[in-house]
Amino acid sequence: MIAQLNTEIVIGSLKLKNPIMPASGAFGPEMKDAIDFNELGALVPKSITRLPQPGNRTPRVCETTAGMINSIGIQSKGLDYYMKYTIPEFAAYSAPLISSISADSVDEFAEMSEVIGNHPDVDALELNISCPNLKGNGEAFGMNAEVTESLIQAVKNVTDVPLIAKLTPNVTSIQDIALAAEAGGATALNVANTLLAMAIDTESRRPLIGNIMGGFSGPAVKPVIVRMIYQVSQVTNLPIIGCGGIMNGKDALEMIIAGASAVQVGTASFIYPTAMPDILEEIKDYMKRHAIYDINELVGSIQVD
Amino acid sequence: MKQHFMPIISNQQVSSRYWHMVVDSSRLTSPIEPGQFFHIRCSQGSFPFLRRPFSIYRINESTIEFLYLVKGEGTQEMTHLQAGEMLDVVGPLGVGFSLDKSADTILLVARGVGIATLAALAQEAVEKNVKCAAILSARSKDDLLAADLLQGFGAEVYKVTEEDGTSDVANVEEIIRGILKRNKIDGIYTCGSRRLSRLSQNIANEYHIPGEIALEEHMGCAMGACFACVCDVKEDTGVKSVRVCLEGPVFSLEKVVLG
Repeated sequence: MIAQLNTEIVIGSLKLKNPIMPASGAFGPEMKDAIDFNELGALVPKSITRLPQPGNRTPRVCETTAGMINSIGIQSKGLDYYMKYTIPEFAAYSAPLISSISADSVDEFAEMSEVIGNHPDVDALELNISCPNLKGNGEAFGMNAEVTESLIQAVKNVTDVPLIAKLTPNVTSIQDIALAAEAGGATALNVANTLLAMAIDTESRRPLIGNIMGGFSGPAVKPVIVRMIYQVSQVTNLPIIGCGGIMNGKDALEMIIAGASAVQVGTASFIYPTAMPDILEEIKDYMKRHAIYDINELVGSIQVD
Repeated sequence: MKQHFMPIISNQQVSSRYWHMVVDSSRLTSPIEPGQFFHIRCSQGSFPFLRRPFSIYRINESTIEFLYLVKGEGTQEMTHLQAGEMLDVVGPLGVGFSLDKSADTILLVARGVGIATLAALAQEAVEKNVKCAAILSARSKDDLLAADLLQGFGAEVYKVTEEDGTSDVANVEEIIRGILKRNKIDGIYTCGSRRLSRLSQNIANEYHIPGEIALEEHMGCAMGACFACVCDVKEDTGVKSVRVCLEGPVFSLEKVVLG
């Protein structure tokens, strides 16, 4: 008899049939032509803001060595559109729906979370307290431990769905922010958003991004993220969702072994539209090869002498 | 947005700055329209990292052709691809040109690599018995690669270049007005230059001729997910931001907001 592989991951009340999900901002309904959404661990649409907003000036992306910088600026159709169209569109799939929220204040995060979190088709909220592209110099709520704690506390008071705090890597100690998110009542931590970065065209001496600075993603950032997942897992027992530079199954496994319960795939889907299902297959092959039949055995299984 | 591997039949330098690639497209099942594009991995290695969008130069029975300008690291790497290797593409993507087969004559206003994009439309026009007048603008005569192809299609071709000092907007405008006097133009199509696009837009407005523009923009995913490649279009309800990869790259010339 061939033993069944268990790839199910539980995060609070969230049951993921596998640990692979898209990163917010790198996923949209248009991708249904390329992959079967029902085969994903969860669906994470692009962050929504309360009011429609146009996003930043172009160019909004540029390539770097083994990565890319983006500064989209959360182009958004606003909360009303999201409730009316986006949630029903994604609710049609069996994979749980995680709504990513971006807001300008703690109160606005709470207001939006109450509306979205209490929608019956929304299974969890991801609080984007870490977008580097909105305020001057890439500042974000998630850079301050006290703000992080009170923000999550405020959201916790208005909804019962699991709360995933999406942390910023642009801090001195991500452990401090992780602990603050835990104290505020977060269910899980996303490690992490993009790294604040910049690139210049030497010929014209102009920034390659219209907004001057942007968020760095792709395989070049992966070692930084693996390190942060490991550090965060050392100080908190909250489940971690790893995010940053995963291109293949081995990259995903590296984050899982470092301490991530699940992972998000972003930039890779831009290059390989079927990256997410491909990564899942590679993880399953690894499990068979190592005779590990439950993915949970791999989470945080790093061997350190 | 399926990924395909298409056998490369040839990949050759055709002028100082341009290369021409022919690939076997016989295994593609979806139809390809002029103005659509493919998102291409420029090398088989991991660099350059992102795909690059390329419009289609010629659409044949079982092959397609790309005419590309070697401009940066991506296109430089692409010159190293050889016949017999596979081209890693996602596509065809986007919305192509619409061409009314009852049109008498259409006007193409193309600049630089935009000439390649409009050449595919000229090919379709010939097949639909629609006549073409084309203004081809480039830095040098060496860059006017598609001129012979368009003339072969029976197009009335006007070449303007910096080299000859003929490519300024005022001169192009004079040529266009001359064409409009002699022909019944039912559509204006443009690609490759903001200045010529503005001129085309103004002329189209003045003469009440419908038109289309193929836009170029830096792209991330080319699937509509990342919102990197946006532009503004005027709708009845106001200005709307749209994605070049998904809602375009071809837009109504009248509606597009040229920055």
